[in-house]
Amino acid sequence: MPDHADLLGEVASGQRRPLARLLTRIENGDPSLRPMLPQLFAASRGAHLVGITGPPGSGKSSLVNALTAEWRRRGRRVGILAVDPSSPYTGGSIMGDRIRMMDHAADRDVFMRSMAARGELGGLAATTWIAAAALDAAGYDPVVVETVGAGQSEIEIARLAETTIVVEVPEMGDEVQAIKAGLLEVADVLVVNKGDRPGADRAARQLRAMLSTAGGRVARQPPPILVTTAIAGTGVAELVETVDAHRATARSPEMARQRAVNQLRRALASLAAQRAEESPAWSATVDAVADRDLDPVTAAERLLHGP
Amino acid sequence: MNDQTDAARTSPIRVLIAKPGLDGHDRGAKVLARGLRDEGFEVIYTGLRQTPEMIVDAAEQEDVDVIGMSILSGAHMALLPRVVELARERGLDDVLIAAGGIIPDADITALKTAGIDEIFGPGTSIGQIARYFREHARQASA
Repeated sequence: MPDHADLLGEVASGQRRPLARLLTRIENGDPSLRPMLPQLFAASRGAHLVGITGPPGSGKSSLVNALTAEWRRRGRRVGILAVDPSSPYTGGSIMGDRIRMMDHAADRDVFMRSMAARGELGGLAATTWIAAAALDAAGYDPVVVETVGAGQSEIEIARLAETTIVVEVPEMGDEVQAIKAGLLEVADVLVVNKGDRPGADRAARQLRAMLSTAGGRVARQPPPILVTTAIAGTGVAELVETVDAHRATARSPEMARQRAVNQLRRALASLAAQRAEESPAWSATVDAVADRDLDPVTAAERLLHGP
Repeated sequence: MNDQTDAARTSPIRVLIAKPGLDGHDRGAKVLARGLRDEGFEVIYTGLRQTPEMIVDAAEQEDVDVIGMSILSGAHMALLPRVVELARERGLDDVLIAAGGIIPDADITALKTAGIDEIFGPGTSIGQIARYFREHARQASA
């Protein structure tokens, strides 16, 4: 096994193959990486973590492609993680985000990686946040995470990203869609894409009307609403400026603390599950729950506290 | 049942499906991508009109175990060996490289000599291709 410092050094120096191999080990939950995680996170250079979510076919990948072109014009090196769903039956996946991102295929300052969600339901893979840290350590900034096509409540991205862009389309529906809870509420920036289609301005107006009467987080930090046409690049420079400007807001101590809470919760949950499964009492406890001799909550408590 | 449990615990094999060159027909590539998905592979589809450089760049970033290329245009003798050459330059020595589509029997030996691991002609079943990939792809890195 190569020395961890060597591997991180190769990644930090911009070598692509070591980074690609590291991402595979992260995705596979390779236990030999565990001792390296402190160094990996310490190697972070503070990249802006930008999330993009929205319904399937709303143009997320095309928008990432257009945003990347704009960021490259501004001299930024862009890291992209594009998550697509895994089959709940076979575990297989088809990842097609590269099709929309061909403009950057030959650009050595863009690193794009497809990730299968592998059974996670929140729109990301369980390891996406660690993969994002690896791209950060490799010097990419921003690091853009594109989620699985989202429905109404796949909002895991908002817990991970510093700036969450929610992409809608002109045909998003009526005012009731715009006042529903969930996806729209987590947007730091709202985008109506496919702006060349009829109804784009009306959709933007409906979203504005929704925000003007909203309470809670949306009232405290009303997200800007932009209209873009990703395939023509229209509105994309403005979107980049809006996203870049949000970085300062996202780094307020309050928001940084909230992200820390979310990361800790995620790490705790996966660590607790892993420890419990390694415990000698695991198998008997599973049997007891299956036979209804024990309820799952009490069983979990016992596994956490030990026998 | 045991098969399924085991399959869920090992890491899926990652396959890049690419269309090198200028032919615009990707029905076959899409059918294969879908079939491999159903066989439990993680398939990255590049889309049409890829240069050998784009294919190897994608394979490197995606750290795939297999590159599968579908080609119908007749340009296979020019494009496929170039992919092998670039892959070797980048150190992707352990990546399985296979091709399919319309490739005359007369060219198969030359392509294999150039480093293409296997060639699947018309009539090959998805099951055969999946089996070949499972048997020959590198073991998941631990």
